[in-house]
Amino acid sequence: MSDIGLWGVPLAVLGGALRVSTPFLFVSLGETITERSGRINLGLEGILVMGAMSGYAVSYWTGNAWAGVLAAGVAGLALGLLHGLICNLPRVNDIAVGIGIMLFGTGLAFFLGKPFIQPKAPSLPSISFGDWSSLPQLQSALQVNPLFLIGIALAFFLAWAFRSTRWGLVVRMVGDNSDAARAMGYKLNVVRTLATAAGGFLSGIGGSFLSLYYPGSWSEGLSSGQGLMAVALVIFARWNPVNCFFAALLFGGAGSLGPALQSVGVTTGYYLFNAAPYLLTLGIMIATCSTRHALAGAPGELSINR
Amino acid sequence: MLRASEARLRSAAEAFVIPVAALAAAMVLFGVFMALIGQNPLEVYRLIWRGGFSSGFAWQNTLSRAAPLILTALCVALPAQAGLMVIAGEGALVLGGLASAMVGYAMAGDAPLLVKLAMAVCGMLAGGLWVAFAGMLRQYRGVNETISSLLFTYIAIALFNHMVEGPLRDPASLNKPSTHPIGDASMLGRIPGLDVHWGLAFGVLFCIAMYVLVRHTTWGFALRIVGGNPRAAQLAGLPHSRLVVAACFLGGAAAGLAGMVEVAAVHGTANASLIAGYGYTGILVAFIARQNPIAIIPVAILLGGIASSGGMLQRRLDLPDATVQVLQGMAFLMILAGETMFGRFKIFQPRQAAA
Repeated sequence: MSDIGLWGVPLAVLGGALRVSTPFLFVSLGETITERSGRINLGLEGILVMGAMSGYAVSYWTGNAWAGVLAAGVAGLALGLLHGLICNLPRVNDIAVGIGIMLFGTGLAFFLGKPFIQPKAPSLPSISFGDWSSLPQLQSALQVNPLFLIGIALAFFLAWAFRSTRWGLVVRMVGDNSDAARAMGYKLNVVRTLATAAGGFLSGIGGSFLSLYYPGSWSEGLSSGQGLMAVALVIFARWNPVNCFFAALLFGGAGSLGPALQSVGVTTGYYLFNAAPYLLTLGIMIATCSTRHALAGAPGELSINR
Repeated sequence: MLRASEARLRSAAEAFVIPVAALAAAMVLFGVFMALIGQNPLEVYRLIWRGGFSSGFAWQNTLSRAAPLILTALCVALPAQAGLMVIAGEGALVLGGLASAMVGYAMAGDAPLLVKLAMAVCGMLAGGLWVAFAGMLRQYRGVNETISSLLFTYIAIALFNHMVEGPLRDPASLNKPSTHPIGDASMLGRIPGLDVHWGLAFGVLFCIAMYVLVRHTTWGFALRIVGGNPRAAQLAGLPHSRLVVAACFLGGAAAGLAGMVEVAAVHGTANASLIAGYGYTGILVAFIARQNPIAIIPVAILLGGIASSGGMLQRRLDLPDATVQVLQGMAFLMILAGETMFGRFKIFQPRQAAA
């Protein structure tokens, strides 16, 4: 291992941004779909953990990591559907249901996941983009997971779909002006439930990345609030899927600051550096929110903008 | 006059019957889930009863757990009066515990009553200011309080871990990093005759005080107007933002006091045992109690009992420790879904003056 001294820190942050950002990316894309339809699902943290557990379990049973990814998506879809259906009932608050889904999803994942803490399940492969370099640090930083690439493609696809497909326009209309959507004969609850289920599907996949690639095993402390931060990240990205990608990179980089500093020997304040993404999220929200007007680009029906 | 009290009785009955029915539905659902994984649901229910409520020892355990739950539930219920959904209880509890442990250690040797009082005040201040900050961000910057308070929880736990494993660590605590112990003299005793620590009394008194404050004072009336209709409150010239921030402060102070109780009555020091999820279960307690400070007391005892039966389920049936969490999650979702049943039953509505 060649010694590159303090240069290891930005390199590790870059590598971390590429490695850690995938769950942020998937969860924030899922939440973008949900919020664009006018609902907020705060339960994505629970869905993420449930996805991580079911992905790991199915990968262990079938020996195929991609089957695990699919199972994680289906588990997320089920929980998203549950959120959507409960919110369809009149006078039920979507934010409160989100907290409920968060507690229920985490509890269920811990309950069902107990037998899978020990065994080793097959992981997802990685694609190497750093073979041209002789620096092992750079090579390891440029190990990229296929899910990351799928996520980038998905971000651009969703941006296109929101702009130019019938489905995208319906979701946006339902989220921006429910009266107009109702007048045109669309069933608000159906559209919103489907959008929440789709968001759950993507968040579940985001969770499978945690257990099947990095850190790469199932444990109860696997998620550290990525699902929640992704909700804030969507606000930062102004409900734009392509912005979600850049925001996810930023958050991934912030999240790997602690481990990167630790690797060069800075160990004091380890916990504080690990809190960097939360502080970043909070700082961004303080800087961008306003009491006077809703945020630019915010769906009009979103309860968070009251 | 008679009609008004009858209407009040009917709406109170509604607020009691619907959550109880929702809880019963959650228990049935949980039983089905247990049956699906091959357990006998009746045996599970029996063990929950035995572990939580059957003996004096079980009651002691239940009430000791109910004490912090009562206080963290207030952390949700008080901001809720002003229309805010704040879930910073876990963070406020942890920081309140840390602050009181610091004060307890620094003042060791002073008159015990003075030390305990200072610990309580500092724990409440730490928790109160922490949550008040979330209220301020909401009022003055428009930051959604649910998201910011959840972020606050993560930040509080990071800060707590940093302090406990770094600057404030007692070098003698080898396996489990802890702050310096506050010393036996500063520990809270037990309520005579009940054999439960004083934290329970703190919680009950706090609830009663908050009930009176919210329901029977002008200040509380103003607060509920802010929660019910912010625009009307503004038109009436109420100090809107100050009321919201004050409600958040009081809620945070309750959770901070829960941290002080955990330190001064249970652990004797601040360490990772404080991060036990009381803040999250408190959210559930507050919602089942429909944010009513008095109703919080029995609900917290019920959930405290269920939580304390977790150990017995683990030992007897070899179920994972997250079993209780699953039940709590189901209960939470059923309670929220039950919100939709309000106003649907004729018997709970005030009778029309037809006759």
